[in-house]
Parts: sequence; C-alpha cells; structure tokens
Amino acid sequence: MKSVTKAYRPISWPMKGAGGNTGSWRVRRPEIDRQICTKCQICWAYCPEAVIDRLEIEIDYGYCKGCGVCAAECPTGAIRMEKEE
Amino acid sequence: MATSIKKLPDTELVLSGNGACGGCPATMALRMVGKALGENAIMMLTPSCSVASMGMTPRLGYNWPGMNICFATAGSSASGVVHALEIMKEKGRLQGEVPTVFNWVGDGGTYDIGFQALSAAAERNENIIHFCYNNEAYSNTGVQRSGATPRGSFTTTTPGGKRQPKKNMALLMLEHNIPYVATATVAYPGDLYDKVVKAKSIPGMKYIEILAPCYLGWQFDMENTVNMSRMAAACGAWLLWEAEQGKISFNRPTDHIINGKKPALPVNEYLMAQGRFSRLLKGSDAAERIAEIQGDIDREIAFMRERAKITI
Repeated sequence: MKSVTKAYRPISWPMKGAGGNTGSWRVRRPEIDRQICTKCQICWAYCPEAVIDRLEIEIDYGYCKGCGVCAAECPTGAIRMEKEE
Repeated sequence: MATSIKKLPDTELVLSGNGACGGCPATMALRMVGKALGENAIMMLTPSCSVASMGMTPRLGYNWPGMNICFATAGSSASGVVHALEIMKEKGRLQGEVPTVFNWVGDGGTYDIGFQALSAAAERNENIIHFCYNNEAYSNTGVQRSGATPRGSFTTTTPGGKRQPKKNMALLMLEHNIPYVATATVAYPGDLYDKVVKAKSIPGMKYIEILAPCYLGWQFDMENTVNMSRMAAACGAWLLWEAEQGKISFNRPTDHIINGKKPALPVNEYLMAQGRFSRLLKGSDAAERIAEIQGDIDREIAFMRERAKITI
C-alpha cells in the first residue's frame, strides 16, 4: 500500500476506509462472549468486511458496519448484537 | 471435500471500510476469490455494485489493479488485456508470472448487456476468468428486472411479479464448449475457494457464477444473507455444479438433491422468507403462482440431472 502525497491524481491506491469511516454506519454492534467462543473462525470466513481478526477473533469497530452476519452464523451463539449507543 | 475454513489462506484483498452495504454478499464472495487468486491478478469491473463499493478517490477498496470498463465490454476488454500481457511477456517487458485477468461482473453485465461480448470471448476461448455475482436484479440502480430475476419476483419494473422464468446462464456458457464452468454461492466459501483455485490453473475461458442474495433487492434482514444462500441451495433454486471439459459433477448439497438421497425442500419457506415474493403470496392465485415457481425449479433439476449424463 502506498500513501498519497500528491494533491490530486486520477489514480486510486488500495487503502482501508475507501468508503469513509464505515464504523459510523452501524446501528447494532457485535459483542463477543469470550467464555463461549471456540475460535472456529466461521465469523471470520463470512464477514463481508474483513474486520474480524482470524486468530484472536477481535472486531475492528472502526470499520465494522454491524450487518450481524457473524452473529447469525456463529454456531455457539457467542456473538450478540447489541444496540449502538 | 471442500477446503475447510481453517485451511483458507490469510490473504485479504478486499480491504475493510469499502463502500459496500453492510452484509453485502458480493464483497463476501470477492474476499474468497481474492484468497484463491492472490495478488497477481488484474480486475475488470463493469458498472455494478462492486464499482460503487470501491470507494472514493484517492482510496481504493480492493487491493488489485482494477479497470472500470463499459457495461457491454466485459468479454472484449478482458481479452484485450490478456493479449497485451502476452505481447509484453514476449517482448520481455513483463517479468515473472503473467497476472490472471478476471472480470467481476454482476448479473446484468453477464445475462443481458454483456452477453454478446462474453459469448464472443468464450467462443475465442480467451484466457480469462469471468465471475458473475448473481443477485438476480439490477441492484446497483435500485432493483430493476434482469434476465436472472426468477419468476414471481418483485422488482421496480415488475411490480406484480415477473412472469417469465430466469435463464440458465451457466449452462449457456457450458454449451460454448469452454474448459471450465462452475456455480457457487456465498454460504459455501470452501467450495467457492476450490473452484476459483481450479479455474486459475486451467488455461482458456473460465466462467464461475456466484449466487449473492442481496438483502436490499430480495427484501430480508441483512444478517440472513448467508442463511438465504443456504436455503436457495437446499430447495434447489440454486444448483451447485462444476463442469471440467464438459463433464458435469455436482457439489454438496446439490449432489444429494440430484441423486435423490435427500430431496429438495419445498420452495414455500424460501419464498416466504423474502419480501420480494410477498405480493405474490398475498394474491388470490397464490397457490398457482407458487406451483409455477416450483415447476421451474423441478424442471431445472430434472434437466441438469439428464444433462450431466452426457459426458461425450
């Protein structure tokens, strides 16, 4: 990934946050219950946004759009969707 | 047996914070495609949701060199890029492995508008992979009817439900005698990954179609995206198969439907879960309209079962 230093060039560079600060789109927030989570990585595989860390199952709330696919697909029910404050 | 989730590679070519809707099945599928293709690839995008989800200049949501091309030109533009790469390789201006050229096109750019260029590219057997992520409508422009829209579905241009069945595009591509054709869906990421890895290793034209249940167009809650895709496969509305050199083999769970081990579920539950069929279900002739949809699905299953027996 390169950083953009010139004022304007008609070329885009791959960077996180191309759609803006997408974490602000969220109305419900996924919360992981560490006691139940078995780290099966199913949430990581289905996350459309690639915000879930594969090994630690940490969610990057800066970009998570709160779609809830991880919570719906979690086989143990370790992810709950809670209302965003 | 499909690759298990724990064995999928770490490569991430769809970056967080892109412009797609939350729960978008297209980015879900593109992530898996990225894992299978790797960084050394060139992406061709016709106007579709995926162009809108690239994000705003100077940032790009996908970690590939991407080219935005005209709607009808997916096949021809990709062919041009492949030939240019070949010539660069011959002249020694391109070092290392030649990049994979792939189209990432929606169902509009494949079924309707892009069909003639794609058909011509298939006939020439160009060395490209054409991905069609099929959300069964023109979702980017606000859900209009396309050739992939199934019978009975509501779109803004078919307010009373579409009266015609959808066409079997993957089968049409198979009849172009290209080396590899496959269908996949987002609920089975390992299966999709395997198919893309296989497609990458085969020279010539490859066509992979991915069912992407768009929650906005299909009108269901966005957390059910994967569930809806699983239901489509379970009731036979979407058949998972691949054809290598013209020989069709079915994948889980479609193989059980085809060989009768576990028959397809009735389509009712799948229809009721989606808002786009709700007007149809409320009408007085609801039972007949559902029977029509069931008839389309049964015909498709029976047809593919018999087609798979032709292996010459």
